[in-house]
Amino acid sequence: MSNDKPILELQGINKSFGPVQVLRAVDFNVYAGKVTALIGDNGAGKSTLVKCIAGVHPTDSGEVRFNGQSVSIHGPKDASELGIEIVYQDLALCENLDVVQNMFLGRERLKHGLLDGSSMEQAARDTLASLSVRTLKSVRQQVMSLSGGQRQTVAIARAVLWNSKVIILDEPTAALGVAQTAQVLELVRNLANQGVGVVLISHNMNEILQVADRVSAMYLGQVAADIEVTESTTRETLVELITSGRSGDVGLITNDAEEEVTA
Amino acid sequence: MTDTTTEVLADFALDTTAKSLGDVVSDAKARFKSGNLGSLPSVLAIITLVAIFGYANPDAFLTTSNLANLMGQASAVIVIAMAVTFVLLLGEIDLAAGFTAGVAATVMATRLADGWPLWQALAISALVAIALGMFTGYMVAKVGIPSFVVTLANFLSFQGILLLLVKDKGTLRVQSTPVKALVGGNLSPTLSWLLVAVGLTLFAWSLWRTMANSYGAVPRSLVLIKLGGAAAAAIMVTLLLNENRAFEKAKEQGTVIDGIPYVVPAIMVLLVLLTFLLTRTQYGRHLMAVGGNPEAARRAGINVQRIRLTAFGLCGLIAGIGGIFLASFVDSVDPNTGANDTLLLAVGAAVIGGTSLFGGKGRVLNAVLGGIVLALIPNGLPLVGQRSPFGIIDIDFSSSGVKFICAGLALLAASSVDALSRKGA
Ligand SMILES: Nc1ncnc2c1ncn2[C@@H]1O[C@H](COP(=O)(O)OP(=O)(O)OP(=O)(O)O)[C@@H](O)[C@H]1O
Ligand SMILES: [Mg+2]
Repeated sequence: MSNDKPILELQGINKSFGPVQVLRAVDFNVYAGKVTALIGDNGAGKSTLVKCIAGVHPTDSGEVRFNGQSVSIHGPKDASELGIEIVYQDLALCENLDVVQNMFLGRERLKHGLLDGSSMEQAARDTLASLSVRTLKSVRQQVMSLSGGQRQTVAIARAVLWNSKVIILDEPTAALGVAQTAQVLELVRNLANQGVGVVLISHNMNEILQVADRVSAMYLGQVAADIEVTESTTRETLVELITSGRSGDVGLITNDAEEEVTA
Repeated sequence: MTDTTTEVLADFALDTTAKSLGDVVSDAKARFKSGNLGSLPSVLAIITLVAIFGYANPDAFLTTSNLANLMGQASAVIVIAMAVTFVLLLGEIDLAAGFTAGVAATVMATRLADGWPLWQALAISALVAIALGMFTGYMVAKVGIPSFVVTLANFLSFQGILLLLVKDKGTLRVQSTPVKALVGGNLSPTLSWLLVAVGLTLFAWSLWRTMANSYGAVPRSLVLIKLGGAAAAAIMVTLLLNENRAFEKAKEQGTVIDGIPYVVPAIMVLLVLLTFLLTRTQYGRHLMAVGGNPEAARRAGINVQRIRLTAFGLCGLIAGIGGIFLASFVDSVDPNTGANDTLLLAVGAAVIGGTSLFGGKGRVLNAVLGGIVLALIPNGLPLVGQRSPFGIIDIDFSSSGVKFICAGLALLAASSVDALSRKGA
């Protein structure tokens, strides 16, 4: 199946914040119906890559293809129009708005030019129910009053609401308890089984080996390896890729990344 | 709800479980406990002030003519407070809104003096007010200067514009009967009753709508209590205001002053329209979102700059309308129209009503409640007169010093509530 065309294809993406180059010639592929894990140490550039895909940060150079077509994403609207949804690490919810208002933010349903509250509320409830969310008692609660896990749920539901083609989750389980983590992972798997291209960013190797079909490992702003997860893929391989950008015969060949950083 | 039922509740049970009145009350209590006081402090302040002034000087304070006066005195500050609410919701400020009002009023007065028809004078004054607001918005949203600095600068330059417009005339009389009547004129008793009927019908309709869409979370008893309370208050006030409130001497000469002041329907229309804009339109929703978390709004595809720009434009327009109230109150404009403490009282009114200075939290209604509090203080204090409250010192409560100190303390108290509720959250 790995010879399938990727639904989202990034090639040679470069991104700097002032003098600091955060992404170097990054190639990254997302496949429909598969979970692609994106791993890397703190500051490797994972969140930045996601924000570039989302159109939150403009890229310096590089190409993005969606369904084989070259596209340019200049803002969050462009990304969502393509069917790309992101659940950010810093969830980016409006605490002063309620669950429904957050889920529909920027894409409100209107009736006669006015907000259609009841229809949005019903749709929000249906989506949350389809994710078998057990923890939310009211969709009219302000996000301010929700726990971390509940906020995570709302953020994911917000992405799922739009029948998206690609959903990117930036460390969705980092703040969750055991039961909720299992629930989110199951959800991730379900989304992929429904044909969505899912990207999962995580620091938890067990989690990745459990749900991911492929792994892209980032090391100091570069993609060190892009591998398929098989029976023989081990925790140790992944950890090596994260910490040194290399494991056995996969990974970065040269060491210049490190040299450039120290220079 | 008790703890045992919470456990067996299914998903979103709170949305679909019918609530009793008791549940609603305990929900409200829980909200207050968590520091989210909403409009409660301003409502309590109104009750307390009325009780104190009513006790201190019932003959002067608790009269229908004073009630009508109070409405006129509060009106301009309330409207300008509505204006600044829209920028406060973004966590911004407009220190020049008072002078925007002054300039708009003066533009209208000069046009009227030149013999322009009223609607043209009003239209040009509205355009000027919007332009002043958009200018501020451009500086804040596009150039990126903090609104505090931009509007501090505008505080000076708009005052300059006002002085240039008034020129050496000093005072310019407003030559338009409808404008003069806006603050000070009254509906006829019959129209007053019609207003009450229309107002209560609309209120009942909106309550019914909320209840119908709430899946039982808003119990019928609550709706009936709200509607009954509003009806009782409106009918009582109308009965009082429909009495002739001219002074005894004037009454003997046949003078009749009665009916609900025009400012009441005027403020109500603004309140309903602006509340509608804020809560039922996409623009209002996006404005709240930008105020709550600009980054989240941006990622949701909202054009944050456009919201900032237009919010200042809207603030300008509403402040301009406030200027007409200012001009109508004294039937003239001068270099002090919208100057002095106008802006401070307007911002104070919004904050006292429960609108946050930190953005994302507030309602248009808060401007009305806070405006009433701040109008009650200068209205009631002079009637208290010279007293020695603790038998130690003599205080002249009618002095401006005491008035300013009390208004300042009220604002400080309100912003403490705001700051503490954020800390507690
Ligand atoms: N807006 C910004 N301006 C300047 N530098 C930034 C910005 N955003 C991120 N960076 C820098 O880019 C680098 C990559 O950050 P990024 O958030 O992408 O890392 P990450 O791989 O997501 O790490 P983590 O696992 O901690 O979430 C870091 O060195 C960070 O300091
Ligand atoms: Mg990150």
